[in-house]
Amino acid sequence: MSTQTALEPGMIDISGTSRPSLAKLVQVEIRKMADTRAGLWLLIAIGAVTVLVNTLFLIFSKDDLPFLAFLQFSAMPQGMLLPVLAILLVTQEWGQRTGLVTFSLVPHRGRVLAAKFLAALIFILAAFLVAVAIALVLTPIAGAADPWEDVSGPFLARIVLALVLGGVWGFAFGIALLNSAFAIVAYFAVPTVVSIVTGIWTSMQDKLLWFDLSTSSSMLFNPDGLSGKEWAQIGTSGFIWIVLPLVIGWIRVQKAEIK
Amino acid sequence: MIKVENLTKKYGGFTAVDDVSFTALPGRVTGFLGPNGAGKSTTMRMMVGLTRPDAGRITVGGHDYLDIPNPGRHVGVLLDASAQHAGRTGREVLALSAATMGLPSSRVDEMLALVSLTDSESKRRVKNYSLGMRQRLGIANALMGDPQVLILDEPANGLDPAGIRWMRGLLKGYADRGGTVLLSSHLLHEVQMIADDLVMIGRGTIVAQGTPEELLQESGTYVRAVEQEQLVAALAEAGIQANPVADGYRADAESVQIGAVAAKHGITLIELRAADGGLEDLFLELTAGTQRESYSEQTGGTQA
Repeated sequence: MSTQTALEPGMIDISGTSRPSLAKLVQVEIRKMADTRAGLWLLIAIGAVTVLVNTLFLIFSKDDLPFLAFLQFSAMPQGMLLPVLAILLVTQEWGQRTGLVTFSLVPHRGRVLAAKFLAALIFILAAFLVAVAIALVLTPIAGAADPWEDVSGPFLARIVLALVLGGVWGFAFGIALLNSAFAIVAYFAVPTVVSIVTGIWTSMQDKLLWFDLSTSSSMLFNPDGLSGKEWAQIGTSGFIWIVLPLVIGWIRVQKAEIK
Repeated sequence: MIKVENLTKKYGGFTAVDDVSFTALPGRVTGFLGPNGAGKSTTMRMMVGLTRPDAGRITVGGHDYLDIPNPGRHVGVLLDASAQHAGRTGREVLALSAATMGLPSSRVDEMLALVSLTDSESKRRVKNYSLGMRQRLGIANALMGDPQVLILDEPANGLDPAGIRWMRGLLKGYADRGGTVLLSSHLLHEVQMIADDLVMIGRGTIVAQGTPEELLQESGTYVRAVEQEQLVAALAEAGIQANPVADGYRADAESVQIGAVAAKHGITLIELRAADGGLEDLFLELTAGTQRESYSEQTGGTQA
């Protein structure tokens, strides 16, 4: 069929080219995060703040800190900055209008979103590895009696999950709002408002935990693990704040007019 | 080839593109001409899948754009030269496109050379670019994948006269090698210099299309004679109306008809040619009418 259409004048033979692979698109998305001054500084800041926070704790803490303590220190700044990175990965295409080029080159928008999502996950895992490396360097210096206390595969996995949940939450707000400022403000305001409500409305506290993702996901840092109810609370609050905006945003991007 | 068939796009009650059909042929530069807000950009966005049409169909080289696996390799697109990340360097903008299309980075240098952006300019951030430099960057980006079809929205905007001449040469050469070029503009002079075919759009509908010569024929003939009054009378007798323009008259007829009338009455013609600025008159006439129309309809629409 392609050979026949190629014969007619004005017809284009597309049999010789193939669509860019998802791996290639992920590479491009990672590059887009590092090739602007703002993006590059955000990446540098994530690394630098992680090192700084750990060093400060090492110097000023009175206790002899174990490995896990360092990992948890890293999770604080990373938990705040990685979602911002995930938001910017998406919203820069709208804020800077580069979407005109991006979506002309890859008109199937779901593939671009999937590449951005995977790029966000790669950045999160890379940040976690940086945190692990820092903790491995600082733990012998801190000289705790039992430096590997509570370290276990499941616990490390829960820390990664907490970082991923935060990043995906940011990503979800990013694609639902398609605006850097709105998405970043919403990402920080929503958990604050929810926890204020939970704090004030004490009679409803137990029930509100089902909606409070930041509180329920912070339980992932409990070394003793989570109860079934706590996992379920992560599930319901994650559905409301991550899955719903993700679905809304996905549909919105598919239908939106790229201008 | 780009084929647009019965394309319609509505925003609420406002019809931005209304049953538009035209074809941009290979080997030719097609100018898409219309005032701001006439529906040019919307039509071009629909060609590359960025806006979904409400009705109608577009094929590029015989394919729905969404079916082209690596569209950058077949269709070069420049929709807005200013729509670039201000913080990226020009070179990086091209490198991202090259990476997406699976082209080697040497292609970036070739394209920079083609649009005459120097090495040091290419390392500057886009926010420090003039509009003309952004247009050159955008054209480099569009040509990167060695496409068979070019879709360019207002590419001459911001170019200086030398830049426009350069672009004219570039696009003519591209069309001569068999490429299809569709370029939009709201400036007649710009398009008239470059385009082999014209498609005029006003308020979402095609108001005229054809070669500049064909469109000029419709706009009449300029005639000047030694015996002016005698000529007007003779033309009126032949059922041809002539209106005074400058030193002569503009008649709604082809030059051969007027020549015949003059010969029959022994009138000495000094000038006989396609009416001066005919395309421009036609353009303003067509678009002025549609602009007024759109104005009243739009104000009516906001009340509803």
